[in-house]
Amino acid sequence: MILKFFRRKSAPDAQLEQGLEKTRRGVFLEITRLFDRGVLDDDLYEELEMLLIQADVGWDVSQKLVAELRRRVERDRLVDPLAAREILREEMIQLLEGSMRNRTVKILQRGVPFVIMVVGVNGVGKTTSIAKLAAYHQGFGRSVMVAAGDTFRAAAIDQLTVWGERLGVPVIAHAQGGDPGAVVFDAMRAAHARNADVLILDTAGRLHTKHNLMAELGKLRGIVQKSVPDAPQETILVIDATTGQNGLVQAKEFSASVAITDILIAKLDGTAKGGIAFAVAKELGTPISYVGTGEKATDLAEFRPETYVDSLFFGQGEGF
Amino acid sequence: MFESLTDRLNETFARLNRKGRLTEADVDEAMREVRRALLEADVNFKVAKEFVGAVRERAVGQDVLRSLTPAQTVIGIANEELVRVLGEEPEGLKAPDKPPQILMLVGLQGSGKTTHAAKLALHLRKQGRNPLLVAADVYRPAAINQLQALGKQVGITVYEEGTGANPVSIAANALRWAQDRGHNPVIVDTAGRLQIDERLMQELVDIRDRVRPTEILLVADAMTGQEAVGVAQAFHDQVGASGLILTKMDGDARGGAALSIRAVTGVPIKFIGTGEKLDALEPFYPSRLAGRILGMGDILSLVERAQEQLDGDEDPTKLQERMLKGNFNLEDFLDQLQKIKKMGPLTQLLDMIPGLGAQMRQAKAQISDDDYKHIEAIIYSMTPDERRNPDVIGKRRTARIARGSGRTPQEVKALLKQFEEMQKMMGQLGKMAKKGKMPPGLGGPGGGGFPGLPLR
Repeated sequence: MILKFFRRKSAPDAQLEQGLEKTRRGVFLEITRLFDRGVLDDDLYEELEMLLIQADVGWDVSQKLVAELRRRVERDRLVDPLAAREILREEMIQLLEGSMRNRTVKILQRGVPFVIMVVGVNGVGKTTSIAKLAAYHQGFGRSVMVAAGDTFRAAAIDQLTVWGERLGVPVIAHAQGGDPGAVVFDAMRAAHARNADVLILDTAGRLHTKHNLMAELGKLRGIVQKSVPDAPQETILVIDATTGQNGLVQAKEFSASVAITDILIAKLDGTAKGGIAFAVAKELGTPISYVGTGEKATDLAEFRPETYVDSLFFGQGEGF
Repeated sequence: MFESLTDRLNETFARLNRKGRLTEADVDEAMREVRRALLEADVNFKVAKEFVGAVRERAVGQDVLRSLTPAQTVIGIANEELVRVLGEEPEGLKAPDKPPQILMLVGLQGSGKTTHAAKLALHLRKQGRNPLLVAADVYRPAAINQLQALGKQVGITVYEEGTGANPVSIAANALRWAQDRGHNPVIVDTAGRLQIDERLMQELVDIRDRVRPTEILLVADAMTGQEAVGVAQAFHDQVGASGLILTKMDGDARGGAALSIRAVTGVPIKFIGTGEKLDALEPFYPSRLAGRILGMGDILSLVERAQEQLDGDEDPTKLQERMLKGNFNLEDFLDQLQKIKKMGPLTQLLDMIPGLGAQMRQAKAQISDDDYKHIEAIIYSMTPDERRNPDVIGKRRTARIARGSGRTPQEVKALLKQFEEMQKMMGQLGKMAKKGKMPPGLGGPGGGGFPGLPLR
């Protein structure tokens, strides 16, 4: 069982590596052990609920997952804990897959830039994720451009420019404090002029409670649509894997302001399980499409429910 | 979106009450609600369990069963317990054995270290100190530029050696540099790192051992989930934290992570970050966070903000007098409106009011800060004469004002009507006050707060 998922740059020390393994495994080892105990009793269900909550799955969804497991176990008169474990695994995967069906089919048209707008609260890792998305699309041989739409945070433009240089991606930027709308406008023109396949728009981090800033996102969207009516073809909400129950509120509020088509869970390389994905998938049905796992541009993977559930909750599988 | 604990407990007890006498099992059901509220606020599940145990013990002891208001009693106990765990009184920064005071900021990526290094520097300079910011994050692209830009914004010196230098020697050199130039405190911004990254954690230990900081402040995001405890514990065990800065508290996260961190590590919360502006840093008050975790509102912060805005106001009593005579106009109204606006977004203010029922919370969803702007625009489109004497506004003027403000004539009329009613009401209140039926002190300092703020 190799968790490529958790690959880190350096850590040659085997002992050290082992130490890390322990921290990483917490929840899934315990879930696996729970079902090894041999009996399906109240204690097991209660502990399971706790383990799910510990992974930030949330009170509501944890309750429902456990209740559904219980119902199926009782209905089918199951006594084998391993069969029950399989049902739980199935339920969890299904919950996420339900939202994956909402993924829109995206078509790249010649001469029309495929516009990706990236939004999220402060500090979730938008800029790094944009670098990763750029590298991801470059991997398919697409020409990529990036617009530095975060004109608010000090040096956000510099950060994106550094990434642009590393990846050989042109970055359209204005001065800090400028109008993000103007940046987006220029970027749209540049993307057309230079025939870019993909244009990724960075936006300033904003708390979903800030009404004005949320309204600004709608405005940016409008500017994009002036030149490409069905753009942005992808609007990605970045959620930090360590986020707790507020993640659901974030997803709701952002969806209300701009039509979120996909979710990217960033920083899934720590010990956090990103369990809020379940609540988001269940309540909003927005597909989780990508996961970010490290600080390198290549540390991005497409989200696959089965892989995610297996490697983070049951300690099986190859990882992303 | 979260139903407040008070509402839920009220519901629970109301349901139970119908059966007649409350039993201990009923208390358990109430405790389930307390536990749920804590978990939904991201309080760590172990901490929540222990906490509920403590509340239950006291609840049974205090005879919640015979209380006429069992919900309130339970809330009261939960609140007291929370404040106890969170640390009763606010704690300031430690003084160094010998200057300079060295503050080292550590934490995960994206928790807000760089921004809060600058906020802290500004906060301390306001106290007459001469801070130095040290850029020791050589990893994240443009992290140094960010600190420099923030330093420039507030006029605080930033020490940096570029991205090629070793963070340990940067910190050591910065310290010498500060001593030579009389900078105190020295605030070291370190790179964000995962607590399981042993190499980078060792770097923090090395910096610590080299510069011997007065405080190691763990910067944590208020939105963090269950992992908060693991993260804080790891930083605390390996590097040793002396205080916590809880960031992004201006959002609507309940901030249960803070309770968990405090309960597990015992590290006191020293500051909270409440906005993107560099002056948005506040000392931490346990009672306020307790209320927030329980969904009880935060009236103290509200009052404080109101006071801040009303400080240095001409003479609040005069306005109050005029108001009570029904003798105030749209200019006064605009002035009051702007003061409220300065206190922060309306939805945030409403969140601070304790005991807002479900109905009010629903109304909240429909109130936007745009409404302020619309009212403002309408009043700005009036002539000074019209503002002082709205009675002169007829059909033609209404149409002109509507055109000028970009609103509809109906909206202009609605505003005028509401204003008129408010004026009448104020006049009546004034008469009552005269007759001694009511104390004249309406609504605290400045007599602010029009009761019928016309919001849809």
